[in-house]
Amino acid sequence: MTRQVITANRLRDGDVVYLAENGRWTPWLDEASVAETAAEAEAFMKIAEESEAACDVIGIYGMPVEGERLEPVSTRERIRAKGPTTRTDLGKQAEPDFAKRA
Amino acid sequence: MYQYDAYDHRLVRERVAQFRGQVVRRLKGDLTEEEFRPLRLMNGLYLQLHAYMLRVAVPYGTLSSEQLRMLARIARKYDKGYGHFTTRQNIQYNWLNLEDVPDLLADLASVEMHAIQTSGNCIRNVTADQYAGVSADEIEDPRIYAEIIRQWSTLHPEFSFLPRKFKIAVTGAPKDRAAVRVHDIGLQMRRNEKGEAGFEVLVGGGLGRTPIIAKTIRPFLPKRDLLSYLEAILRVYNQLGRRDNLHKARIKILVQSVGAERFTEMVEAEWQHLRDGALELPAETIAHIRAFFAAPAYETLEAKVPAFEAKRFEDRVFSEWCRTNLAPHKVPGYAIVNISLKATGEAPGDASAEQMETVADLAERHSFGELRVTHAQNLVLPHVKLADVFAVWQALAAAGLASANIGLITDTITCPGLDYCNLANARSIPVAQQISERFEALERQHDIGDLKIKISGCINACGHHHVGHIGLLGVDKKGEEFYQITLGGDAEEKASIGDIVGPAFAREKAVDAVETIVETYLARRQNGERFLDTYRRLGLAPFKEQLYDAR
Ligand code: SF4
Repeated sequence: MTRQVITANRLRDGDVVYLAENGRWTPWLDEASVAETAAEAEAFMKIAEESEAACDVIGIYGMPVEGERLEPVSTRERIRAKGPTTRTDLGKQAEPDFAKRA
Repeated sequence: MYQYDAYDHRLVRERVAQFRGQVVRRLKGDLTEEEFRPLRLMNGLYLQLHAYMLRVAVPYGTLSSEQLRMLARIARKYDKGYGHFTTRQNIQYNWLNLEDVPDLLADLASVEMHAIQTSGNCIRNVTADQYAGVSADEIEDPRIYAEIIRQWSTLHPEFSFLPRKFKIAVTGAPKDRAAVRVHDIGLQMRRNEKGEAGFEVLVGGGLGRTPIIAKTIRPFLPKRDLLSYLEAILRVYNQLGRRDNLHKARIKILVQSVGAERFTEMVEAEWQHLRDGALELPAETIAHIRAFFAAPAYETLEAKVPAFEAKRFEDRVFSEWCRTNLAPHKVPGYAIVNISLKATGEAPGDASAEQMETVADLAERHSFGELRVTHAQNLVLPHVKLADVFAVWQALAAAGLASANIGLITDTITCPGLDYCNLANARSIPVAQQISERFEALERQHDIGDLKIKISGCINACGHHHVGHIGLLGVDKKGEEFYQITLGGDAEEKASIGDIVGPAFAREKAVDAVETIVETYLARRQNGERFLDTYRRLGLAPFKEQLYDAR
């Protein structure tokens, strides 16, 4: 199975988030929980669905990642994880926390 | 400009209050996303890649200084200090919090604006010629009729759940600056043999997955019949449009499948029940709306202004800007000033809050407090005294708004693409930026002349790529961004859909391919031919050869 994390947008502000430990949602991909097996992916999805029902997030789906540092596989997901490529002063890439993690 | 009456005010205020309640219920969990989504879409609120996006209607592209100032304030207060002007003459904000949106809508309502019917399967914001009321070739100001259509279509109970979205464009001039042939309904003002003004009615145009040029179903429609005839078209569509297949649901597919002739018969038959009824537009109603668009208090001026001519002579940069960005005004001594939102390396159509304020101030001081948004993602100061043009240009230049490229190769139409849009296959903005950098030299741009490049990040074609002289469509090939190129599209009177030149180009090759196309044109053009003329004469072959064989 391709390794994957669960991603969504936070209901309140639409921000891109990833499912982390204990059902917490984090804006930072490096904190996300990684499903290595299909069973794990399914279990994570269940947690995410409950969270969606509780109105924390919307639009949950599994997102393939690669590498040690959890790089998204698709261009779309790389842009979601960072912000617009045309405005590096905006989105996650512009936040001080982002640089610290890079 | 049109001013809300008590009814408009109430309608918009009530809608803000309703949406406020809906947001509270959504956040509390009383509404599921499935229940809430159609409600937010009815108010122009989408979820995009990074956050919520709100699309605000700019009816027929006309704004007051006060409204633009509010748009700037909103950009600062609720967003990240900028907005994006779209091909539908609207503005979009990209970084909103759901909780803030009701307050934002209340702020908009305070300047007679809203986001109603900017999304969903209803009649969308009506678009019009950006030179409405000021161009010399115009029969009548199209905004009078666009406003009448706006009032008729706003919350129209029968047409709130159409098979699919529905777009209407109106032009009052023979020169089509509103791309009426690629709309669900296009209205082009004409005169009949008696010299009376009315509309040629075109139906079933559109881009997207199946690009089609609209067909004329009525060469002349008297003005009094405008609404009853539109109602007849919408009724036929509402009944017969395909609700079972998203890709076949637009009116263009219906017109195509039954044929324009049969479609016309159905509309005419339906119209027999509707004409001369409650929807008839009496001359007084038209006059009442026309009064809102009355010409401002122009001064009587000389057509030639020596001080302006002198500046043009002395200042080369100013003179170059005048060459592309000014258009003739119908009143002597005035000019139409186009403000390009296509500065080199910037995102086409984006304007910062400060830039919006600069333009709002200039409009207030020099253009009777009025401005326009164009479908080509630029702004217009419609009535500037020639004597003021130099000062206006200086102020624009100081705000980074004096790009002298209207109608040239770097004046691209570009959708938000994968940098923002949830539906995108590929990025659009970086391609436009690269084009603006590659062709930055003005001398070269003028040598290339009239060349419209249009870029979409997916087949939905918000960037109108099918009708670009050169069109670029972003496609996804195994997770990589590729661009399919079309040639020979045109959105004006002789509208045509571009031809696909061949296999798509990888991202790093796309702008080289554009340059090859341009070079091929330059090498092959004959005396005074525009790109489109050369293409129409030669067809795809020489371009294909240079792009594929020569490699
Ligand atoms: S054309 Fe596609 S990518 Fe571009 S804005 Fe429209 S839906 Fe988004």
